[in-house]
Amino acid sequence: MAETMAAADLTRLEDVARRIRVGVIRGVNAAKAGHLGGPLSAADILAALYFHIMRIRPDEPDWPDRDRFVLSKGHSSIGLYAALAVRGYFPVEELLTFDSLGSRLQGHPDMTRLPCLDMSTGSLGMGISAGIGIALGCRLAGRDARTFVMLGDGECQEGEVWEAAFLAPRYGLDNLIVIVDHNKLQQYGWPGAGPDDRLPPARPGELVAKWSAFGWRVLEVDGHDMAAVVRVLEEATVGDGRPVAIIANTIKGRGVSFMEGRYYWHTRTMTADEFATAMAELGEPITIPAGGAA
Amino acid sequence: MTLPMGRALREVFGQTVTELAAHDPRIVMLDADTGSSTKADIFAKAYPERFLQMGIAEQNMLGVAAGLATTGFVPFVSTFVAFAVVRPLDQIRVLIAQTGLNVKICGGYAGLFTGTAGKTHLIVDDLSIMRAMPGMVTVAPADDVEAGQVLRWAASYNGPVYVRLVRDATQRLFDETYAFAPGRAVVVREGGDVTLVSTGTQTPRVVDAAGLLAARGIQAHVLHVPTLKPLDVPAIVAAADRTRMVVTVEEGTVIGGLGGAVTETLSEHRPTIVKRLGLQDVYGESASNDQLLELYGLSAARVADQVQALLEERTTAGHASHAILLP
Repeated sequence: MAETMAAADLTRLEDVARRIRVGVIRGVNAAKAGHLGGPLSAADILAALYFHIMRIRPDEPDWPDRDRFVLSKGHSSIGLYAALAVRGYFPVEELLTFDSLGSRLQGHPDMTRLPCLDMSTGSLGMGISAGIGIALGCRLAGRDARTFVMLGDGECQEGEVWEAAFLAPRYGLDNLIVIVDHNKLQQYGWPGAGPDDRLPPARPGELVAKWSAFGWRVLEVDGHDMAAVVRVLEEATVGDGRPVAIIANTIKGRGVSFMEGRYYWHTRTMTADEFATAMAELGEPITIPAGGAA
Repeated sequence: MTLPMGRALREVFGQTVTELAAHDPRIVMLDADTGSSTKADIFAKAYPERFLQMGIAEQNMLGVAAGLATTGFVPFVSTFVAFAVVRPLDQIRVLIAQTGLNVKICGGYAGLFTGTAGKTHLIVDDLSIMRAMPGMVTVAPADDVEAGQVLRWAASYNGPVYVRLVRDATQRLFDETYAFAPGRAVVVREGGDVTLVSTGTQTPRVVDAAGLLAARGIQAHVLHVPTLKPLDVPAIVAAADRTRMVVTVEEGTVIGGLGGAVTETLSEHRPTIVKRLGLQDVYGESASNDQLLELYGLSAARVADQVQALLEERTTAGHASHAILLP
């Protein structure tokens, strides 16, 4: 329980989240491509899941009784890859192959390349449907495994999300936990009142109201407060017969000051100076070679 | 002489998957609220705990099937072709074809026989779409005997399969000695004047057309191609070599389906003029089955007439590389 969780453990999880963010920055910088804002907003939740909540065996990625994770917002793949690497599924240095020819770390998660992925995703709205299938399958097979699905708040504009949201309560899938990374910005969206003068993908309270109306047990959390994230995930795994939707209030680009709350950092290439600044802010300063940077 | 009627493929579907489920606990049935039409309801009555009603939400259904497959189940996904293939096409592409997951997509109400439902439900390009998708085995059985065998094979195969099924009773081509082999085409009639290539439940009508042509002194060689992907290239080339006059016949669009597959194949391996019979880049409409077969030239009589006219035309024009003797 979070109350009894030692401060040292929380500090450890926070450092894991920091290392995930470092992996995101290094991977995207090496590829000169990829998404930044979404992976950074998800990093704390990924750390809590893969280092505290999920029952997994990194040395046995296909363990049948493992908990599953589906990144429905597949464009945040580098965040998931960084979490998996830090957790020990593959070497952290492999993050530098992200997006390159022949890499297991494809632009969007590809389970045929990387065995520790529980589903391929990338076309938005689909991961939650697959998550329902996994949760149904685990239940039919009598496995006490939980399925975690991470959605984006912009992704919730996809109709398939609400097809899935309708269905899961019909099967009482309380082994299914959806986490909406509510970072308030989508790739481009609409101009309006909100972060960066863009209209958020959902109005305040809208996601809680919608998921509740569809029959889900809805929990809300500050997605960057590690103690709160751990607490809400532990609470979510105690089932009451309903699927769980956690609305995680986050900041897009969290952890790198000039990316926070800026929609154009959804996907963007860093300059050498920006890369150096980001690494320094994340506690891993680099030395820029004389005469500029690669 | 015409071929006798067999059982409706939808009934074969419901019964066969139910029988398979008796011995294979991995099999589950997913339905999008059409089970009383597709005969998935036979399964629902026998195995209610493994019958998963997904509601009227087909994109989600295909995604759920993919998820189930990762946990070791073998999902048979069932609804009308319009909603099993076309509507959730991106889910099939990303979650099933690209992953190679073990999902069986069973499209009922294929071809022209949709119970007068009209153009929204008449999906004429399912074979074109599915065979273009990397990794998707695409099968259109000819009759009830072959449909049962295809479904049994599909259950034993580990990977995505699309099976094209038909609502109403169609003619029976094969007896119980027939053995479906995936990826293999089968010569169902020998002849030396013209090669007819067909697929699905159109094949029995083509065999009947060959009978009508025989009465007019034309011997047709008939090749049935149940598996559109992987395609039996040697069989198609060999069938073309028999007569050097090739006509494809299909209950669907001539673009990209069987006609497309045969012309692509022969263009590469044995350049041949191919006439493609089927829907000529049009949508269907509401009418009885027989009326639609007449309208689109797919009844046995209409196929025979078109083939005969084609032979006469080519003989007159001197296109044929060797003489064709007409009565």
